Amino acid sequence: MSTALRTTTQTPSAAAATDAVTTRGLVEITKVRKSFGAAEVLKGITLTVEPGGVAVIVGPSGSGKSTLLRTINHLEKVDAGFIAIDGTLVGYAVRGRRLHELREKEILKQRTEIGMVFQNFNLFPHLTALENVTEAPIVAPRAGKPRLSKAEARDRGLELLDRVGLKDRAGAYPRQLSGGQQQRVAIARALALDPKILLFDEPTSALDPELVNEVLDVIRGLAKSGTTLIIVTHEMGFARDVADTVVFMDQGQIVEQGTPQEIFTNPREVRTRSFFSKVIEPAFNI
Amino acid sequence: MSSTATPVAQSAPEPASAGIESAPETPEVRAAGPVPAGETAPAGTVGSGSVGRKAATDYADYRLVPARHPWRWVGTAVVAVGVAGIAWSLATNPRWEWGVVAQWFTAQSIVNGLMETLKLTAISGALGFILGFILALMRLSASPLLVSVSWTFSWIFRSTPLLVQMLLWYNLGYLYEKISLGLPFTDVRFFEAQTTTLIGQFAAAVLGLTLNQAAYSAEIIRGGILSVDQGQLEAATALGIPAWRRSTRIVLPQAMRAILPTAFNEVIGLVKGTSIVYVLAYSELFYTVQVIYNRTQQVLPLLLVATLWYVVITSVLSVFQYYIERHYSKGAVRTLPLTPLQKARKFLAIHTPAARESKQERGTR
Ligand SMILES: Nc1ncnc2c1ncn2[C@@H]1O[C@H](COP(=O)(O)OP(=O)(O)OP(=O)(O)O)[C@@H](O)[C@H]1O
Ligand SMILES: [Mg+2]
Repeated sequence: MSTALRTTTQTPSAAAATDAVTTRGLVEITKVRKSFGAAEVLKGITLTVEPGGVAVIVGPSGSGKSTLLRTINHLEKVDAGFIAIDGTLVGYAVRGRRLHELREKEILKQRTEIGMVFQNFNLFPHLTALENVTEAPIVAPRAGKPRLSKAEARDRGLELLDRVGLKDRAGAYPRQLSGGQQQRVAIARALALDPKILLFDEPTSALDPELVNEVLDVIRGLAKSGTTLIIVTHEMGFARDVADTVVFMDQGQIVEQGTPQEIFTNPREVRTRSFFSKVIEPAFNI
Repeated sequence: MSSTATPVAQSAPEPASAGIESAPETPEVRAAGPVPAGETAPAGTVGSGSVGRKAATDYADYRLVPARHPWRWVGTAVVAVGVAGIAWSLATNPRWEWGVVAQWFTAQSIVNGLMETLKLTAISGALGFILGFILALMRLSASPLLVSVSWTFSWIFRSTPLLVQMLLWYNLGYLYEKISLGLPFTDVRFFEAQTTTLIGQFAAAVLGLTLNQAAYSAEIIRGGILSVDQGQLEAATALGIPAWRRSTRIVLPQAMRAILPTAFNEVIGLVKGTSIVYVLAYSELFYTVQVIYNRTQQVLPLLLVATLWYVVITSVLSVFQYYIERHYSKGAVRTLPLTPLQKARKFLAIHTPAARESKQERGTR
């Protein structure tokens, strides 16, 4: 079991930037357990993603991938184990030998360091694309950073929309945008708080095949930027392309993890092999 | 397809603009439709399978004839005759005594009563919805105590007739002689007063209407909040947006769409519902009218006066409703519907003879 390696596709400057802030975006998940009622959905997950690393989580439906992502930004509380970002526990404060549950406000601060992109976008339909992007930087309490003024947020928002290729649609409402455009706005929205870590939960599975690539291209760009990415996806070609660690989950456990090379072409576990051979064979022919 | 069809769609004179929005997907049909048979239309090419291949004809010079809807006109005529009949009988039947209606319509006592009605509606409507909002939040909170208090409130006030509530508040002095504010279980009192001096007609009326309204609006608001997709809250939470802001900026504006129609129903109901305070001999519009017709025996005309005022209030409220709903439909619909004013302008632009002339000129160039 190898932990994540820093991606080799990084440009030198990006790599240097990552080195400068060495602890930016280190995710450590340790023995995390989570049950819904009687069903145990996460059965002791341990996973480390290095700063600037790109981890892609794959696995059959119901294996707990979404749940794992949601525990990382504390949308879901864990029953046991812990999750730390750059050495700081998510959702709890350590005092002496006690773990104190953080108050809502503190948790919100932590969440601003972790962006999340949802499968069904969850854009705010009554706000324009630009307003969607600027809302959080104006109101969210951020750790060590001031809130942005409306004008600053606007500039930053336009800059981000430009980055995802949607500057000219800044005034459009989400329902006036195509699915791919909506998801790109959602990515810009997640980026607006300048997060250390970005979580993607099947960002392309609600999209038409033609629209998938425009979103994946944006994510590819992010992968080179030094932000830590954790991506749940069924796009195997994309996973192989962008990941430096591929994690295969099944029934609430990590069955196997390694480089795309190891996992896709040479899986050690029988379960991994049968999953790939059955489900997504054609995707290997990139 | 584009070679023949698009010029037609573009050159189509505005008269058919209602159809234009939906038409572009099927330009061949539109091109074939308006061209009158027997004119120079190359009937063989247009509308046949080979559309757009051979025909290089540019239809820019053709005049577009909008589709006719004969049955719509028949229906309109029938209804118009009916409406005219009703209007005629209203105007000519002397028993309606329109003279009396006109005489009383703006009489000082009636206007005073009207003001009282508006005052009661505004105060108990506003307080009722504020309290209802708090009750709705309580009902949705995680605390079992808050939930049950809110539930019980709605339960009691929805199951007691408003009339009974009203009389109960008015006669509270009979049940509790004094009302005081102080620390419970101690003798400390900040404030104490005779119930009867504190709760007069007006206070009893406002109390009764407000509490009753709160019970109903709590459910309406709760329904609206529940109708907002859970993913919205989740996304806002993930972005670190604070709880209060999540409710006011993300959830409520979306809930408003579901809340508004029913809320306006309630307010309009409340306008007329205030007439129930006649049991307290409170001189709002309806009570005033009753007092007058008991004196003058002109029952029907005076009831008509009250009715007309209620109609006026409801109409004004409906206009407000339209524009407020339109405001909150921002982003929920792809394109905002036209306001009646814009619609009227568009209609006039199309249907006035002058407009038609100019359009035709432009159409035929
Ligand atoms: N709030 C919940 N209450 C009860 N059960 C839940 C809840 N959320 C998830 N589950 C269950 O947990 C299991 C894992 O769900 P999860 O959404 O993490 O799967 P997944 O790996 O993301 O699947 P998919 O690829 O289909 O999205 C499923 O069996 C699901 O039914
Ligand atoms: Mg999932």
